[in-house]
Amino acid sequence: MDIQALAAEVPVEGEYNLEGIDFISSGKQYLAFILAQEQYAVDILCVEEIRSWENPTKIPNAPSYIKGVINMRGIIVPIVDLRLKFSIGEANYSETTVVIVLTVEGDSSTRTIGFVVDAVSDVLNTEEEDIKNAPAFGGCVPQHYVAGLVNVGDNVVTLLNVEALQTIESHQLS
Amino acid sequence: MSVDLTQFIPSFLEESFEGLELMESSLLNLEQGDDETINSIFRAAHSIKGGAGTFGFDNVTEFTHLVETLLDEMRDGRRSIEQADVELLLESVDCMRLLLEAIRDEVECEQDKIIETSKLLAIALDGNSSENSQTTDSTAESSEESQAESNTGNNDNAEGSNSWQIEFIPEHHLVQTGNDPLLLFNALSDLGEVSIKANCKDVPALNDIDSEELYITWQLTLTSNASENDIREIFEWVEDECQLNITKEQTEQTAPPVEGPKSESIAEPLAESNLSPTDNTSENPTPTPSENDSIIKDKSVTKTKPDVGSIRVGVDKVDSLINLVGELVITQSMLSELGNDFDLTKIERLTSGLEQLLQNTKELQESVMRIRMLPISFAFNRFPRLVHDLSKKTGKDIELILKGEQTELDKTVMEQIGDPLVHLVRNAVDHGIEPSEVRIANGKSEKGTITLDAYHQGGNIVIEINDDGGGIDRKAVFDKALEKGIVDANSTLSDSQVFDLIFEPGFSTAKELSDISGRGVGMDVVKKNIQSLGGRIQVESEPGKGSTFKVNLPLTLAILDGQLVKVGSEVYIIPLITIVESLQTQSDLINRVSGDMVLYRLREDNVPVIPIYQLFNIASDNEKIENALLVVVEADGQKVGLLVDDLLAQQQVVIKSLNDNYQQVEGISGATILGDGSVAMILDIPGMIQMALKKAQKAQKNKQAEQVMLEGVSS
Amino acid sequence: MTKILVVDDSNSIRDMVSFTLKSAGYETVEAKDGQDGLSKAQTNGFDLVISDVNMPIMDGITLCQELRKLPSFKFTPILMLTTESSGDMKMRGKSAGATGWLVKPFNPEKLLATIKRVIR
Repeated sequence: MDIQALAAEVPVEGEYNLEGIDFISSGKQYLAFILAQEQYAVDILCVEEIRSWENPTKIPNAPSYIKGVINMRGIIVPIVDLRLKFSIGEANYSETTVVIVLTVEGDSSTRTIGFVVDAVSDVLNTEEEDIKNAPAFGGCVPQHYVAGLVNVGDNVVTLLNVEALQTIESHQLS
Repeated sequence: MSVDLTQFIPSFLEESFEGLELMESSLLNLEQGDDETINSIFRAAHSIKGGAGTFGFDNVTEFTHLVETLLDEMRDGRRSIEQADVELLLESVDCMRLLLEAIRDEVECEQDKIIETSKLLAIALDGNSSENSQTTDSTAESSEESQAESNTGNNDNAEGSNSWQIEFIPEHHLVQTGNDPLLLFNALSDLGEVSIKANCKDVPALNDIDSEELYITWQLTLTSNASENDIREIFEWVEDECQLNITKEQTEQTAPPVEGPKSESIAEPLAESNLSPTDNTSENPTPTPSENDSIIKDKSVTKTKPDVGSIRVGVDKVDSLINLVGELVITQSMLSELGNDFDLTKIERLTSGLEQLLQNTKELQESVMRIRMLPISFAFNRFPRLVHDLSKKTGKDIELILKGEQTELDKTVMEQIGDPLVHLVRNAVDHGIEPSEVRIANGKSEKGTITLDAYHQGGNIVIEINDDGGGIDRKAVFDKALEKGIVDANSTLSDSQVFDLIFEPGFSTAKELSDISGRGVGMDVVKKNIQSLGGRIQVESEPGKGSTFKVNLPLTLAILDGQLVKVGSEVYIIPLITIVESLQTQSDLINRVSGDMVLYRLREDNVPVIPIYQLFNIASDNEKIENALLVVVEADGQKVGLLVDDLLAQQQVVIKSLNDNYQQVEGISGATILGDGSVAMILDIPGMIQMALKKAQKAQKNKQAEQVMLEGVSS
Repeated sequence: MTKILVVDDSNSIRDMVSFTLKSAGYETVEAKDGQDGLSKAQTNGFDLVISDVNMPIMDGITLCQELRKLPSFKFTPILMLTTESSGDMKMRGKSAGATGWLVKPFNPEKLLATIKRVIR
């Protein structure tokens, strides 16, 4: 009886696999998601997993937008609620609330962080030239997180800079 | 047939690095007339040179030769041991290290230092010029020889086959050197066709023969491409014990060698020899001189990647592992059998089987962890050289004492603790030890002392760096902190709290950031590094007497015995090793002091109570201290009581760092994954004590501020 | 099978020499210094001894002298491994009773060819 094999077959609640994505020859692909009424997107190559919301273990004295940590296949992954971080909309936890797990490789290490969003939207294919610069003023998302804007149909999607997202500010202590 | 020696390169490199370490530590301890030490330094250099030569690492060979020559002069007594030479040799060891590292990492070596040091070595050797010429002669000799060889090699091809007449007249005692003429002829036959004629006219009558003496002489004919030098080389070991006449015959170059060498030897009933040179030529494979250099060039076979490191393990540790695995296998098969036909009657056997499994796993785990343990001497042994160099640089006379070098700790911890320790030692030299004049003026000995000590305490290893310098200037630190806004003028801080301020970021009270320790690597980085290993650092200091930095590190990074506790809806883990006892509080033993602080009377001690829910700002089921669950823990000699809602199980947990994906969290030393898959935080007791302290101070400050305000209002 | 005693304090040199000899079909025994070599020689017979000169405890020259005192090693070929090729070395070796010498660095082929002067 091979436990491992059996375990692998059991569908785990809340885990989706990204399959069947067509890779186009030029431009990049982005995973779009929703925060309140707005659309955002991140480089799809950084997306490790999309998980449904589960209650994380709290980190003592962490800022409110850091909800805690979860166990993802033996790795301790911090969970950041983007709605709280960027003060967009309300932080509700419903059936569509989803955690996008992003992994970024640095010089000597890899960092994996999960981000809570209201829902996952679509996969976008964009060409380099379609990406416009974001205006310097306004917007709830601080400038350094924004990689650009893309028009998709009637909507504007804000592309987020994953590395900036991953930089966790030093824990401020009460 | 070519022999591939590239597989020996890693072991040669490893050996050489060890040799360099030996050279360095011996050089640092070298005294006049210390023959044994100087000999061992020579031998180390000599070995490296020899090995390098074999693998074709010519740059190493050339450089090391200079070093070796200098050492040779010193060990022979031709040169007295001067400090300047010792310094030069230390520099040379650095150069050799650079060269070998370049080979190991398969990169180009930085030449500047090497060239400079080579020049200095040459100058030093030139000072003893007569000796120098001798050694250059010998190197010239050997290069001449190899020159000659290669020359004759060229000549061979040009000349073609020659016929040589060789007259070999050995002295009577030749065999006593261990040489056997017949075997020499054997070797000769490698060069070509040989025919041998023995001349036995001098052999005495049977009665008079001394069996250890040789009476025969030989006449040989050799047909070969070889040069005269090649032939002489075969006889080189016996050339002093024989007459060797070699003449080239100019006749019949093109005639093919005569069929089968003729042997007109008159067999003699002498002890050893068995004259059968006929078979020689067919048996011996001809060596291929062209492959001389191939061993080194062909590195593609075994590439030494930047490897993850290796550990030397005593065979006894491995044997014990094998035994334990064996026991585990037995337990497994027993459990497996139980499982085959299981029913409830077998529950007891199952339980005992599982207990057995627990035992096996525990022992195996302990055994494996012990493999990773190495004595801290590996980390300590860079310090004699460091202190020596720094002491020269700063002009201070400093002695380094190492204690507890055999104390063991985990290999990974040791590798990572090196840099922080270096910084602390540098700091001690730079800021700790005063300049000699100051020391003398204060009635201290001119020589400063820095002591490194390591010992086990509880489940930890403690490393102490102590200096007998001037101590930390409390006022200067406080003022600097004031300047940086870290404290404000009214804070009353204990001495140790002030000293702890040096670990704040951006802190340096050095008048000018000295080159040695102020390189932007501050004490705060040291503290961070130590904390990321799950350890902590504190400092004690006495003005005029000196300072002691104490670094506390876990013995192993991986596993912890923990007590699970519940606070509200959160589960935390308290390291079992810190727990003194757990109790239900009694109201009469609770005392409130100065407003917020709660003390619990535990026999003789007054133990401060820390409500975890307050410290961590979470909801708790029970906020009252009366009739609550108190877990008394101890850290650094300080006892505190942690207020929890419930005591859960005790279990061993695997420590996972929060640093990988997040960062260091105050009061938390790591996280673990429980049996149900959820994450639980592991409490950092000393950290929590600090947190509680800070909180109390802040509260005090606020109270004082309030007070001031109230007074201001009322007045 | 021809048995050779290899004496050298450097692990890597010893391993290399031993490896080279073994791959040519000889049987080898290793010793890490002169003392070790001598005690191994006292309990075993060898057809050839190859020894480094510079070693701790007992150097190669002394080892050679001591070996020559043993009856079974009176005529056994003893080769010294040395990095010097000076006449001085030759003299010292010879007066200690050495059969010959090999200059380091040497390559494996040269080693194998040279020892044929003293063993089959």
